[in-house]
Amino acid sequence: MSSAPRTATERTKLPYCHESFHNLQELRHSASLANKVFIQRDYTDGTICKFQTKFPSELDSRIERTLFEDTVKMLNNYYAEAEKIGGQSYIEGCLACLTVYLVFLCIETRYEKVLKKISRYIQEQNEKVYAPRGLLITDPIERGMRVIEISVYEDRGSSGSSSGSSTTSSSGR
Amino acid sequence: MITRKVTRKWEKLPGKNTFCCDGRVMMGRQKGVFYLTLFLIVGTCSLFFAFECPYLAVHLSPAIPVFAVLLFVFVMAMLLRTSFSDPGVLPRALQEEANFIEMEIEAANGNVMAGQRPPPRIKNVQINNQIVKLKYCYTCKIFRPPRASHCSICDNCVDRFDHHCPWVGNCVGKRNYRYFYLFTLSLSLLTIYIFTFNIVHVVLREYRNIFEHVVSLTPHCTVLEVLVCFFTLWSVVGLTGFHTYLISLNQTTNEDIKGSWSGKNRVQNPYSHKNIIKNCCEVLCSPTYPSVLDRRGVMLEDLSSPTSSDASAASTHKSSNPVSQTTKSSAPLIPNEHTPDEAKPGIGAGTQKSTSSPKEEKPPSPTSPNAVAPAVIKESSH
Repeated sequence: MSSAPRTATERTKLPYCHESFHNLQELRHSASLANKVFIQRDYTDGTICKFQTKFPSELDSRIERTLFEDTVKMLNNYYAEAEKIGGQSYIEGCLACLTVYLVFLCIETRYEKVLKKISRYIQEQNEKVYAPRGLLITDPIERGMRVIEISVYEDRGSSGSSSGSSTTSSSGR
Repeated sequence: MITRKVTRKWEKLPGKNTFCCDGRVMMGRQKGVFYLTLFLIVGTCSLFFAFECPYLAVHLSPAIPVFAVLLFVFVMAMLLRTSFSDPGVLPRALQEEANFIEMEIEAANGNVMAGQRPPPRIKNVQINNQIVKLKYCYTCKIFRPPRASHCSICDNCVDRFDHHCPWVGNCVGKRNYRYFYLFTLSLSLLTIYIFTFNIVHVVLREYRNIFEHVVSLTPHCTVLEVLVCFFTLWSVVGLTGFHTYLISLNQTTNEDIKGSWSGKNRVQNPYSHKNIIKNCCEVLCSPTYPSVLDRRGVMLEDLSSPTSSDASAASTHKSSNPVSQTTKSSAPLIPNEHTPDEAKPGIGAGTQKSTSSPKEEKPPSPTSPNAVAPAVIKESSH
């Protein structure tokens, strides 16, 4: 499972990754897409936006379980905050109704504000955690809030066998 | 330097919606009844303002027309908001997601004997201790979220689908249900208001000088307005009452018609908070959901700038697909060539490709209308 030579410090920091990418730029330019993993929605609490924290087996060798779960839990918290029905949503709703919803031409809804926060969070997670491991998270809003799509990349220089084995293991799930 | 007209994503959306104002307005396909609604409301109110209000303002109170104007503006705003907004359309699954779901279904079903019908594609989830069945949508290639349904008129899956209303010319779903409800409510009030003041007007004139023959269309207009209001009253007030009932139980029209939570088989509505106030608050006062259809987003056909999705970025380095590489290096995307989305499954998903066949190739956001081209190129990548 040797990859193209990288700096030693990169390697030591990331025990799970056999291909270490410096950043998102490098990921985009020197990697090829191997697989995509989809984290589905969790409907046990109703129709609120919440994703399953179950760790997919395809990512077993790519990222630590706790890191993944933390990301998903954080996203779930953000969505819960966006969809919370409480004082602020009442005020926003009443104000909007009284102004015949013209107020939304001027101000942003709370949901939109939280979506921006989510987008920044995902960007940050991609840069710090996922890209160095050859993974990339797609913002759920781009998939209709149905799934969190995680793209699994592999270094073009390294042998394809490592990713090949991970894809065959996924089909046997 | 290539200058091209900017293509926005709404132009490539599947489904049978009509779009206006460069994607800002989204409606259903048939708009005839919507125009009728507009005509009836605007027409009746115009007659009211023109012929009744001057008399009533002078003889009763100027507040009457003022309030009528406010109510009319509110009704129109709610109608337009309901008709022109995205009801909560769920975008169709892209190729990889569709393949992933197919794989999961096959894994769950096991081996189906040749000649045997495959079992229906249903996923059971538990919501608030109730088992809810999620159905698979063959058009959108997704398991529909709970309360979502596929509208055959608009050819979209809509979240929290209530019904397709021809009077507003759009589906009523999660995002525009409260506007629809406020529309029916305010229209009921407006109808009752106009009806009442028409009667008041007629009664007032009766007790005035009978010989004061107002040479105008006023008596005829009054009769017309009374007729329109009378028939509207029964339907709109009834509809408002029905939707108030649904809201208090946190049900949709679709669920009510299908009898999903009618109580037989001891199935209760898992979404209801069992409290009328809480149910009303959730339906009417919940935060405004954003549209997940990025209608006005720009479709990037040339791949010089990386998009937020990895699709284009990853595919620029596909080594096993010479056709795509030559396409990418020459800037304009020839319409019949495949998009990066179609190229991807041919590479890493070699084991997943067993289920995908050329006939399933229906790209959700096609820049190439030709569905055969992606299939052909996919095979070449083997």
